[in-house]
Amino acid sequence: MTAATAAPRRESRRGVRPGSAGPLFVAPFMVLFLLLFLAPLVYAAYLSLFQSKLIGGTSFVGLDNYVTALKDPLFLRGVGRVATFFVIQVPLMLVLALLFALALDSGLLRLAKVIRLGIFVPYAVPSVVATLMWGYLYGPSFGPFAQLSDKLGLPAPHFLSDSWMLGSLANIVTWEFVGYNMIILYAALRTIPTELYEAAAMDGAGAWRIAWSIKIPALKPALMLTLLFSVIGSFQLFNEPKLLMNIAPDVIDSAYTANLYAYSLAFTGQQVNYAATVSFLLGLVIVIVSYVVLLTANRRRAS
Amino acid sequence: MTTPAPAARRRSTPLTIAMLAVLAYFLLPLFWLVISSTKSTQDLFNTFGLWFSHAPQLWTNIRQTLTHDDGIFWHWLLNTVLYAGVSALGAALLAAAAGYGFAKFRFRGNNAGFNLVLGAVMVPATALAIPTYLLFAKVGLVNTPWAIILPSLVNPFGLYLMRVYTEDAVPDSLIEAARIDGAGEARIFFRIALRLLAPGLVTVVLFTLVATWNNYFLPLIMLNDPGLYPVTVGLSSWAAQAQNGGAGSSSDMLALVVTGSMLSVVPLVAAFLLLQRYWQSGLASGSVKQ
Repeated sequence: MTAATAAPRRESRRGVRPGSAGPLFVAPFMVLFLLLFLAPLVYAAYLSLFQSKLIGGTSFVGLDNYVTALKDPLFLRGVGRVATFFVIQVPLMLVLALLFALALDSGLLRLAKVIRLGIFVPYAVPSVVATLMWGYLYGPSFGPFAQLSDKLGLPAPHFLSDSWMLGSLANIVTWEFVGYNMIILYAALRTIPTELYEAAAMDGAGAWRIAWSIKIPALKPALMLTLLFSVIGSFQLFNEPKLLMNIAPDVIDSAYTANLYAYSLAFTGQQVNYAATVSFLLGLVIVIVSYVVLLTANRRRAS
Repeated sequence: MTTPAPAARRRSTPLTIAMLAVLAYFLLPLFWLVISSTKSTQDLFNTFGLWFSHAPQLWTNIRQTLTHDDGIFWHWLLNTVLYAGVSALGAALLAAAAGYGFAKFRFRGNNAGFNLVLGAVMVPATALAIPTYLLFAKVGLVNTPWAIILPSLVNPFGLYLMRVYTEDAVPDSLIEAARIDGAGEARIFFRIALRLLAPGLVTVVLFTLVATWNNYFLPLIMLNDPGLYPVTVGLSSWAAQAQNGGAGSSSDMLALVVTGSMLSVVPLVAAFLLLQRYWQSGLASGSVKQ
């Protein structure tokens, strides 16, 4: 079917007028893109090359700020923490999203629509509200978990303690985004032609076999997309730790994640140049990790 | 979307039960939120979190939330609606026009421009926020509504989605026929193409709406006038007050934070449920083509 439609399309494509209208359609977006996307990046890069001191004012220091940042234990710790978060939380979240999408697509569920929308609903909840809710749920004073274990005479779980915190954060982020990823994967599953399943079932393949050999390979592009968004999301982790800081100030400090560190530098420390450096480096880390993820996945696909 | 004939359908009870348990996990915090918004601050501490207290007072809570501090919560809600609404419509229109331009016209720099934007999908919005703040501080845009709206207008993923969607949904032959009838390019876009792009547009509108509605980092750094806050920043400032206040005048803050959270969630959840047909089909076309 695709072959039949492709030929006339190429034919008419040649007929598309080169005219001047194309650039006009594209221009408004591109102008704003340059002003609001590239200009801040360039400006931050420029700022990161300077240092301002109480005495002597602002002076050009070349890459000094970068050298400082790469040796800065607070920055490295923050990046290390979000990297740990990425390695643990993202696979967990995507595997859950994949399992839920496969379950929905299998046609074996009752109430499939209710379940699908219910799992997706947290995506529409602002992360501020999500974090406030989970923060109160975790809390020792009136959280239901603490209340329940109190009734049962058990020690209350310390969700907000140092050793639990990363897991508690991972739970909030997973709660927020599993549904979103599930919907993307589910939408991709719905476009696989059913003839493929019927042929496989005819050959005696079971539901698991069909999922593993047909559905998951077909999902690769959609999985890549969700993975890339997750890289970005987890490395710039900010809202959740920033808000939990209020109720667990002893556990979350102002450099808990790299992004929180950049924020503290810019707004509490007034170290604008160094904050620009840290944001820029963090952006660079994210771009590098994204490309590594892309390349690894593509190589695996090629082999 | 083909559904198998009802006769061929088998249902699995164990799988359904397992997925209902999963559903319970996802709905638990929202259930807690609804229950808690009917309680006084005192009852929040003294009664079991997952069930109603003996003296539910939802209306009292809502009234108090909306009237506290001269009704600042209204301001926050209206600000959020304004920021999110303008951003979402603007972003969708810009993305649609550019996506249409990239998909249906060949001009110098077409591919280079598109690839440049596509590369930007990887640049994280939050890593961009502090640089944007520094730039906006320089040109005096900080602490104005524009500081929130302008950065939200550029949605690289939206452009990608609209380009892919245009290729599928707007046939070249239709554009060609309209041209032969003498229609101008602008007229073709607004009268014909936009209508065909509706599901894709709704998708971009909804997702920009959510992103702006839920945005916390950008308004947190851009705004310091509480009268300009969106709901997210306002609620977090109340939450900080409730945490630090303890007893005395701010002891009622906790109920306000909880009720305010509940009120701020309702509109978006309703929008998603009402418009589900659109965004589900829009997402499908974006995630499949790579």
